[in-house]
Amino acid sequence: MVARFEAAEISLLRSLVSMMLGLVPPGETSDDPLERALGIGGGEAPSDPVLARLFPSAYEDANDASEFRRYTEATLREGKRADAQTVHDTAAPGRFELTPEQAQAWLRALNDVRLTLGTKLEVTEEVHDEIAMMSEDDPRYPAYVTYDWLTYLQDSLVRALW
Amino acid sequence: MGTTAPIAVERPSSDVRPDLPWVTIVWNDPVNLMSYVTYVFQTVFGYTREKAEKLMLDVHHKGKAVVSSGTREEMERDVQILHSYGLWATLQPDSVK
Repeated sequence: MVARFEAAEISLLRSLVSMMLGLVPPGETSDDPLERALGIGGGEAPSDPVLARLFPSAYEDANDASEFRRYTEATLREGKRADAQTVHDTAAPGRFELTPEQAQAWLRALNDVRLTLGTKLEVTEEVHDEIAMMSEDDPRYPAYVTYDWLTYLQDSLVRALW
Repeated sequence: MGTTAPIAVERPSSDVRPDLPWVTIVWNDPVNLMSYVTYVFQTVFGYTREKAEKLMLDVHHKGKAVVSSGTREEMERDVQILHSYGLWATLQPDSVK
């Protein structure tokens, strides 16, 4: 797959995925050395709304959810970090090519950034129309415009991969 | 357990349903794009575009949809993959609806 970006877009993309790497540190694993070696973590649901959205509970039941989280969250974290790193390492101004695996990493990483911004901005499904009516002086405007651009980018990537 | 097992009744193969006691559910959210969700259902489950689109629309309009069913272990795998794609997925026994 071929992608083409302006230098300013690449710099924005790189800073967004760097933000994700900071937001999603490697999993906080168990104190037990064996459990840590196996990637088994603590199991508490994140209280931060963004992290709660990136790492949702798999079960309604709190005990089941915690047990699932202990065994899977470290892997999920590593995957999200690897996807963000792939975008960071492959994004370049001008024209560049992505392998199918890299394109999947881009899809997931862009979506993680959109989930992060969308959760912070508390967007609704009408966000595109809200931006159209928003004043450019609104302090939220730059974040909303970035979100809208990522939405466009994500949709173009899906359509290119179909 | 008794020593005299009941004689298994042979059924036509088309009538035999696998035991599928757990389901994976995807919930609606305002961020994930309709195109993306459809694409993920196709990629993760190998569903046709038509089936993936129908499930995506169910999520969008009804707030949630059952996207796969199977053993608890299989559904845990599905939920984990869907979480890697950023979809809001949970699993539960099929009897709880």
